[in-house]
Amino acid sequence: MHRHFDEELQHLKNDILKMGALAQEAIMNAVDALKNRDKATARKVIDSDVEMDRLELAVDEKCLDLIALHQPMAGDLRFITTAIKLNAELERIGDLAVDVAQRALEISDKPLLKPLVDIPRLADVAGRMIGGAIEAFIKGDTALAKKVVLTDPEADELKRGVEKELIYDYMMKDGSTADRAVQLLLAARHLERVCDHAVGMAEDIIYMVDARVVRHHPEELK
Amino acid sequence: MHDLNVDYEKQMGMENFHPALVKGPVGVNMNSLGEADLFGAEPKISARGVNFYYGAKRALNNITIDFSPRRVTSIIGPSGCGKSTFIRLLNRMHELVPGSRLEGEILIDGLDILSPACDAAELRKRVGMVFQKPNPFPKTVFENIAYGLEVNGVTDRHVIEEKVVDSLQKAALWGEIKDRLKDSALGLSGGQQQRLCIARCLAVSPEVILFDEPCASLDPISTAKIEELILTLKKEYTIVIVTHNMQQAARVSDQTAFFLMGDLIETGRTDRIFKAPRDKRTEDYITGRFG
Amino acid sequence: MKRRDIVQKLGFSALFACMAANIVFLGSILFFIAARGLSSINWEFLTQAPRDSMTAGGVAPAIVGTLYLTLGAIIFALPLGVACAVYLTEYSPKGWIVNVLRISINNLAGVPSVVFGLFGLTVFVKYFGFGVSILSGSLTLGILALPLIISASQEAMTAVPQSIREASLALGATHWETIRRVVLPAALPGILTGVILSVGRVAGETAPILFTAAAFYVKGYPHSVFSEVMALPYHIYALMTEGTHPEEQTRIAYASSLLLLALVLSVSMLAIYIRQRQRKTYNA
Repeated sequence: MHRHFDEELQHLKNDILKMGALAQEAIMNAVDALKNRDKATARKVIDSDVEMDRLELAVDEKCLDLIALHQPMAGDLRFITTAIKLNAELERIGDLAVDVAQRALEISDKPLLKPLVDIPRLADVAGRMIGGAIEAFIKGDTALAKKVVLTDPEADELKRGVEKELIYDYMMKDGSTADRAVQLLLAARHLERVCDHAVGMAEDIIYMVDARVVRHHPEELK
Repeated sequence: MHDLNVDYEKQMGMENFHPALVKGPVGVNMNSLGEADLFGAEPKISARGVNFYYGAKRALNNITIDFSPRRVTSIIGPSGCGKSTFIRLLNRMHELVPGSRLEGEILIDGLDILSPACDAAELRKRVGMVFQKPNPFPKTVFENIAYGLEVNGVTDRHVIEEKVVDSLQKAALWGEIKDRLKDSALGLSGGQQQRLCIARCLAVSPEVILFDEPCASLDPISTAKIEELILTLKKEYTIVIVTHNMQQAARVSDQTAFFLMGDLIETGRTDRIFKAPRDKRTEDYITGRFG
Repeated sequence: MKRRDIVQKLGFSALFACMAANIVFLGSILFFIAARGLSSINWEFLTQAPRDSMTAGGVAPAIVGTLYLTLGAIIFALPLGVACAVYLTEYSPKGWIVNVLRISINNLAGVPSVVFGLFGLTVFVKYFGFGVSILSGSLTLGILALPLIISASQEAMTAVPQSIREASLALGATHWETIRRVVLPAALPGILTGVILSVGRVAGETAPILFTAAAFYVKGYPHSVFSEVMALPYHIYALMTEGTHPEEQTRIAYASSLLLLALVLSVSMLAIYIRQRQRKTYNA
């Protein structure tokens, strides 16, 4: 049977897709700004967060409307509650992109510490994880979501590598690099947090599709 | 806001938390939740392989389901799915339909209610019923409630009077009509009439109460009162309610059963059914995709 | 005005005309009877026995006789008719047998009353040996009233909603308790309607009592159920067909007719009053 409600849900899906695209773009731009010491791009990332904030509020309200007006049940209910959570996670990712962009501004006037390799790779992983989560949501694909969850150790590994390198090779050897190294350390940490949010999204999506709670239950992922 | 504060204070002590929050299966995979040991008690009512026929037409196919004591079970499903037919088996009201035939077993407290040794009138005393439309007798309020006691052999006026007051209080009607006991029951509002019917049913001290779409003809306020009442009554009675209103099933019941064209498609904890039904047909029905 | 509005107006007017014609017929009956009878009705007429070869005095014994006969008929027919209706609506297996019974009962209502009279003569007067008496007449009239009471009771009981029967059964009442304590009380107003109709019918019947109960003249009032009695309808008939003073008798006959009419109406009024009161207690 055709339901007008399905059209509303489709709109919601599109909005989440848009939030995802904005988040992905913000992360990529922020890391580019960091890598290229590009103030203009960094400022653009910071400014464009306003749009994500606005969209987040709109999506939130739409979700509440759908619950209040349609009293969704079962799959519909799980879809909408998942959308609420994804919406919040994506907004946090947007904020983290702003954080990375601020790190870029901090170091842009200072001499280059080292050419960045692992941080852009970490950003790449983060981007893929966001994209994977969004795609899993759109398609209702739990295999894809599971892949996102299982990618997280890779991100953690990269972040640990960056940490080690910055601490042992720079900060401990030459104290004058500390201010720049700390900025890069923070950027890596922000990106690792982005990956954690992507994992949260993927876990919510598995619940949405299979009604299976994998959050805090890693054994359920098997 | 006011209510919220009260609730909060009530819940300050850990032992006052909702049981489900303390020891319930929080975050457990809903799909692996067992059904048989849902509420961890011997079932009050147990239907085993029940088939029911109107003449040659089969109305129920091999229904097997348990109802836990002092829980509310709602039966949902589209019109004609056999849900009303099913609960009428539980107090043998189906016997009023000529040419009907029943196979299978229905046990209450482990005893077969379909056996010839079980007297239908005795059974109906234990298994009360509230109907779709309020159906008070064209008698006074008092007589309506006294009736069930009288036909069951209670003659002591004092006992009857006490029971009438007690039943009206339990049915949350006493305050509204304590001055109208001698008035015709037909003068009450629809919602009051339905609560009178519940009081009438409580007067004979049943163990099980069957509700056959009890709010179908009531306004939202009356409906809310009946639902509140059901939630209060479940502390003492085993309740089965047939309803078309899924929100109602969600609000009042612990267990939900979905019937479709004479089949029991799915049954389980109400929260699970409405969050994560297993069968596609259940999902389609409760999300309104049916058709 | 549109055509269909005109059609509608015409239709309503035609219906009104039919209704008005009815009123005219009813009114003229009342008018003519009253015009010719009213002047003769006085206290003496109501309380005295006839005198001077039916040309003077009153019709008191006939009033009393009619009351006895009617009362007897209802006492006999009401329990029997209601019992029969209970069986037909509540107990008998549904199907063609009940339908045949129902048709038979309706046919019984259509049998000419003189046939009931002959039946009463053969069975009650002769075979049972009750003689021409209040008993024979009451039984005959009772049989005449039976179909009315049965079908009215049946209708009244069928109209009792199934839902309150179920309510009673669901409380652990037996089928019989349900009928006695729920169905019959609820059907009472309808059953009373049947009684009203039959009282009207029975009180006015002449033919059934012609051979079974009535006498043109009886000295004094009846003293047992085996007495012959005078009765208003038969009295009217006899006044118009027998006797030697046609003019005087005709006057008395009209007065008696008016009286009979008033009697039947007042009995009906009483029953309607009882029914209304019943309804009030039941329907709030």
